[in-house]
Amino acid sequence: MSAALEYAPENAPENAPVDAGMRDDLAKTIDRVVEAHCGKPARESAEKGEWPQQLWGALDEVGLPMAALAESAGGSGLAFGDAMFALRRTAYHAVPVPLAETMLASRLLAAAGIKVPEGAITVASMTGAAKLKLSGGKLSGTVTRVPWGGQCKHALVVAESEGKEVLALVKTEGAAGATELNLAGEPRTVLQFKSSTVIASAPFENASMRVLAEGALVRSVQMAGALERSLEYAITYANERVQFGRPIGKFQAVQHMLAVLAGHVAASSAAADAAIEASDPAADEFMVAVAKARVGEAAGKSAEIAHQVHGAMGYTREHNLHYVTRRLWSWRDEFGNETYWQTRLGRMVAAKGADALWPMLTGG
Amino acid sequence: MHQFNFEPVRLPPAAVAVRREVRDFIAGEVASGAFTPSKNSWSSFDAAFSKNCGERGFIGMVWPKKYGGHERTALERFVMTEEMLAGGAPVGGHWVADRQSGNQILRNGSERAKAEILPKICAGVCYFAIGMSEPDSGSDLAAVRTRAVKAEGGWKITGTKVWTSNAHRSHYLIALARTAPKEEDRHAGLTQFIVDLSKPGVTVRPIYNLYGGHDFNETVFDEYFVPDDMVMGGVGMGWKMVTGELAFERSGPDRFLSTYQLLAQSIRELGPEPDDRAANEIGRFVAHLATLRRMSSSIAGQLQKGAQPAVEAALVKDVGTTFEREIPEVFRHLIPTEPTLARGESYAELLGMTMLRAPGFTIRGGTREILRGIIARGLGLR
Repeated sequence: MSAALEYAPENAPENAPVDAGMRDDLAKTIDRVVEAHCGKPARESAEKGEWPQQLWGALDEVGLPMAALAESAGGSGLAFGDAMFALRRTAYHAVPVPLAETMLASRLLAAAGIKVPEGAITVASMTGAAKLKLSGGKLSGTVTRVPWGGQCKHALVVAESEGKEVLALVKTEGAAGATELNLAGEPRTVLQFKSSTVIASAPFENASMRVLAEGALVRSVQMAGALERSLEYAITYANERVQFGRPIGKFQAVQHMLAVLAGHVAASSAAADAAIEASDPAADEFMVAVAKARVGEAAGKSAEIAHQVHGAMGYTREHNLHYVTRRLWSWRDEFGNETYWQTRLGRMVAAKGADALWPMLTGG
Repeated sequence: MHQFNFEPVRLPPAAVAVRREVRDFIAGEVASGAFTPSKNSWSSFDAAFSKNCGERGFIGMVWPKKYGGHERTALERFVMTEEMLAGGAPVGGHWVADRQSGNQILRNGSERAKAEILPKICAGVCYFAIGMSEPDSGSDLAAVRTRAVKAEGGWKITGTKVWTSNAHRSHYLIALARTAPKEEDRHAGLTQFIVDLSKPGVTVRPIYNLYGGHDFNETVFDEYFVPDDMVMGGVGMGWKMVTGELAFERSGPDRFLSTYQLLAQSIRELGPEPDDRAANEIGRFVAHLATLRRMSSSIAGQLQKGAQPAVEAALVKDVGTTFEREIPEVFRHLIPTEPTLARGESYAELLGMTMLRAPGFTIRGGTREILRGIIARGLGLR
C-alpha cells in the first residue's frame, strides 16, 4: 500500500486525453441497447432469476464486456477511462447484467497472462485472505455471494497455492449452490469447489487485495452512474408533481434537499473519476479507498433524499426510481463498505502521521 | 438542467514547482519564528508576513506584470492558496485583495485605479475590505440602501456597510451602492466604487464577534466623495460584477480548509495507532478532503480558461463548508476535551476557537441557504 499512498492524480503519468466524441457515441450505443432490450419486462424477469440473454447478447455485440481488453487479446481496445465511462452509463440505466464483473475479470486475467474466455465472467469478492486452496491444478473450498455465480460460465477466483496467492480461472459448472438476491434482485451465489480442475492459474502478488480494490473501483463507478440517474429522476418528478397549486420543486424545502443531493452526486462523480484516472493500469488503493468511501456515503444519503422527494410514488414498483436506489443500497456494501475503506484510509494516515497527510493528498 | 462541470485538471509542472516553493517559504518562516501555524489562516492578520508574500511573488500571481503581477496561471495560484492555508500561514491581511478585489479592479477598474492600486496589492502592503452587506441587506444583496449621488467629477456616497471584515486595517473597500432608484429589475441601478479608507467622510467602528475578536466593522459613509475614475466598470453594472466576483470568492480551498489545522492536530493527538472508530472518522474526512480538492482544482482550471462557473462554485462552497464544520463536532467525541476560551496552542484551546469560529463558515461569502438556492436554480427548479 505504501507506494500507492504517494499518489496524487495531478502528478500521475498522463492518461490518454478524453475523446468526447467517442464517449457520446458510447452513451448513445448503450442507450439504444437499453431502449431495445431492457424494458420493464426484461428487468422483472431478470429479478426472477432468468438470464437476460437478449440484453447480454446486444451488449456483447457492441463489444462492451471486453471493452478495455486489447484487440490482440480479443477485446475492443478502448482506453480504460472510456470503458469505465461505458460501465457508468449502464449503471445509470440499472442494467441487470454482470458487466462490471466481466470487465474486472478480463482486466485481471489479462494482467495475470491468462487467456480471457468468451462470455460473462464473474469474480468472487473476498475481504482478507484467500479462502480457496489450489493444489495440483485442483481447486477446493467455498466462496459466497458471487455475483451471477450460477449464470456466468466462468469465475475468476483468488486461491492459496503453496503459501502464495494465485489468480485462477475456473468453470462454475457443478460448483453453484444456493443463490441469494441482493436488494436490487441481482443474484449472489455460493460457489463450492470440490477438487475442481482450473482452466488456468497464475501467481499474482497481493491478489486478494487487488481483487477487492478493483471491485471497489467498479462499484464506485456504477454508484456514480446510479446517483446521476437518481438526481435526474428527482428533478423531473419535482418539476412535474403539482401540490398546493405549484410544482413541488418550487418549494424552498424541496429545492434545498435537491441541492444537497446534487452536492453528493457531484462529489461522487469527482471521486469516481479521480479513482479511474489513478487506476490505469491497476487499481490505485488510496484513490479507490477515497472513492468507495465517499461514493458509498453519498449513496445512502442520496437515495434517502431522492425517495423523500418522490413521496409515495417512489415507494412503488411502478416508478423506476427503485431500480437505481436498490442498487445503491446493495453496491455500497459490496467489495468493502464505507467503514472498511475509511478505517483503512484512517490507519494509513495515522501511521504516517499528521505532517505527512498534506503531502500525501497533494502528491509530495 | 444544468450539467455540472467538474472536468479534471492536471497541474502543470510550474504549479508543482510553486507547491515546493511555497512549502519551503512557510517552513522557513515557521523555523525563523515569524509565525506559529495558525488555526485561522485566512482570517489571521500579519502585515510583515503579507509584505514577505509580496516580495516572494505570492500575491497577484495571475495579474499582468505591468501592474506588479506575475502572469502565472490560475492553477499555480490555486496551489499557492492551498499550501498557504494548509500551512496555517497568516494570510488574512492581503487575502481579500488577492482573491477578489484585485481581480475586479483588473477587469473593471480605470487605468488610474489599476496603475495606482494593483502594484501595492502585489507588494503585500495594500489590503481590501468587502462592502456589500448592510444592516438591512445581507443575503438579499439587491436591497442595499447605500446611495451614491452624482457630484462634480465623481459621486457622493451615503450609507452604512456592516460585516466589513478588516476594514479597520485595510486601505480600501469596494462598496456596492445604489445609483438609480429601484425599479422592476431590482438588480439594475447598482454600482461598485473603490473607496479609499484614508479619506474623510468614512468612519469605521468595530463590531466584536462572539468570542470577543475584532474582524467585523460597521463602516459609515457620510457624503463620502469618490472620483469618477474610482467607479468600477460602468454605472449600473454592480450586480453583474458582484455575482461574477463570487465565482472567485466561493470556490477556493479557503472553503474547505478552515479547520485543517484542527484535523491535523487531532490526528496527532490520536497517535499512530488509533482505535477503529477514530481511524474510521479520520479516513472519512480524508476521503471528503481528497474529493473536495479535486472539485476545487477543477474550478481553478475553468477560471483559467476564462469561464465563471458560478453554480459549481456555490456547490463546492456548500459541500466544503459542511465538511469543515463537521471536523470539530466529530473530534470532540474522540478526544474528550473541555474546549477552552483562549487563543493558545493546546488542543482544548484549538478546539474551542475552532468551535467558536465555525458558525461563520456557513454564513460568510453567501449563506448555505443562498447557495442552495443558486444550486437549485442551476438544477432548473427556479
